[in-house]
Amino acid sequence: MLKRTDYLTRTYGKPEGWTLGTYERELDGYKVARRVLTTMTREQVVDEAKKANIRGRGGAGFPMGVKWSFMPKAVGLKPHYLCINADEGEPGTHKDRTLMEENPHACVEGCIIGCYGIGAHVAYIYVRDELHLSKARLEGAIKEAKLKGYLGKTPFGKDYPIEVYVHSGAGAYICGEETSMLNSIEGRRGEPRMKPPFPANAGAFGCPTTVNNLETIAAVPTAFGMGCEEFSKLSMLHSIGDGGVRLYGVNGNVKKGAVVELAIGPTLNELIYDIGGGVQGDRGVLCAIPGGSSTPILRPQEKVNAPDPKSALHPYDGKSVFDVPLGVETMRLCGTMLGTCCVTVIAEGTDPLWCFQNLMQFYRHESCGQCTPCREGSAWLLRITTKLLDGEASQAELDSLHDIANGIMGNTICAFGEGTAMPALAFLQKFRPELQQYVAGGRTRTQATLTVEPWR
Amino acid sequence: MPFALSPDRERKLQEILERYPTKMAATLPLLHLCQEQEGYVGDDVVAFVSQRLDLPTSHVKGVVTFYTLYNQHPVGKHQVWICRTLPCALRGAYDVIEHCEKRLGIHCGETTPDGKVTLRTAECLASCGTAPMMQVDKDYYENLTRERVDEILKELTES
Repeated sequence: MLKRTDYLTRTYGKPEGWTLGTYERELDGYKVARRVLTTMTREQVVDEAKKANIRGRGGAGFPMGVKWSFMPKAVGLKPHYLCINADEGEPGTHKDRTLMEENPHACVEGCIIGCYGIGAHVAYIYVRDELHLSKARLEGAIKEAKLKGYLGKTPFGKDYPIEVYVHSGAGAYICGEETSMLNSIEGRRGEPRMKPPFPANAGAFGCPTTVNNLETIAAVPTAFGMGCEEFSKLSMLHSIGDGGVRLYGVNGNVKKGAVVELAIGPTLNELIYDIGGGVQGDRGVLCAIPGGSSTPILRPQEKVNAPDPKSALHPYDGKSVFDVPLGVETMRLCGTMLGTCCVTVIAEGTDPLWCFQNLMQFYRHESCGQCTPCREGSAWLLRITTKLLDGEASQAELDSLHDIANGIMGNTICAFGEGTAMPALAFLQKFRPELQQYVAGGRTRTQATLTVEPWR
Repeated sequence: MPFALSPDRERKLQEILERYPTKMAATLPLLHLCQEQEGYVGDDVVAFVSQRLDLPTSHVKGVVTFYTLYNQHPVGKHQVWICRTLPCALRGAYDVIEHCEKRLGIHCGETTPDGKVTLRTAECLASCGTAPMMQVDKDYYENLTRERVDEILKELTES
């Protein structure tokens, strides 16, 4: 069941919705940060944050409060940093941009509470360079907050200096990976680092650092405002530790692409038909990518198999995976990932190999080149899928796609490798008969369709 | 003549340097400043940045070659990026690309002979819900139709 909310999106579409005036009027802006800074201790903030059950909104779904608690209890010689990841570049993900453009103050207020909770005095918001409007709105919000004395040497009169800066990327998708983003902030090539040490021990500039997604941190003022436990209970999946509300997006072959705020737990079908208005030309759904291109595809005919009553999926046993509430755990049990919650819908009639090849082009372009399996593997995946699409690949080449993808899995420093291999393996597994048609020229690009509705 | 920043950008650099505990951290923002002024990052800019931030030239060059948005060669007056990744492709991004190529008489990756427009494809610009889309300089143009693209290109080539 869809439950629309507007804690983050109330300022969307309002005239001057991104200004401090609107934020204070519509959302009681900065009252929460004031209360937190003036009445709570750092420990209380972290304990409270844990109760919100905010699962990271950037893709991996790590509980935010737990991440905050990993920071050293006392600030030693090294200062602490908060780094906010707004390097939104995953194909099919378009939610953080709306937040930065339409409600930047929620991000800034979240940063204030976050900094206080982890013992940091400086927060960097890493925004990709392409998003000029987002950067301008964030910088405007920071300036307004600073003028009002919400940021700076004594925010809300408390002797706890907090500064928030916008750091601009330069067009590398990999900088959305947390350690790579830290390298990029430090002024290096955005190549991921080995873990451990984890950022909570040695992050930005070698100091303890917490990295949170922008939407995660923007949800913090709302959560603290209503009480974190109450916030968590808004979710339909509260009982399995997935709390609150979040932004859901829908794009691809739907009648109307959109970003909406919903209580956690809508199903794919609800997003496609109730939010997206159905599939273009009222076609059926070939498959859907649940949350950004790195999450393996799901097909509507797949059924949930969870006979064990202890399984979180048991209530949906025998139903289509499109009728399972979208949550971090539920999607993991369905063999995919929740990712960023922005669903890409692919209509019936679209050629799956072409989609596959299109995605591999992305990964080939964005692999940072540090690890051999990923650099070479992504190139081979693209080369062979392109050859296949042109009707020039042999059976052995099609078969080798499995080996290449499996060769990347688990053999790279960061999760980009899995992000490339998992969707590849899902396409290979779920569309094998369709791919088989292409072997040795049985079918080629000219007989395939990528756009079911022609562009006008 | 060796590269130098304009006075207002020089002030901006001082502001940037104050934000970070190390000079190196200003590499990306400073390169952006230089590119804004110069249009691309040539060897003179690399030398300037490495000298200002006390970094080896190789480090700065390494950064420049890593990130897509630093132009290593001169480009046109206007930058047109068309997103070609899946959500846009499903809604006709390849038709947009073909249409632009035909209208401008160049291929993606090239600049028009009058030096006005550089056309390139981009990997996901976070505008999937409003596909197909293109970025012109700093602005996003979303929900593109054939007429809209024609309007945009007309404005660019006639400006």
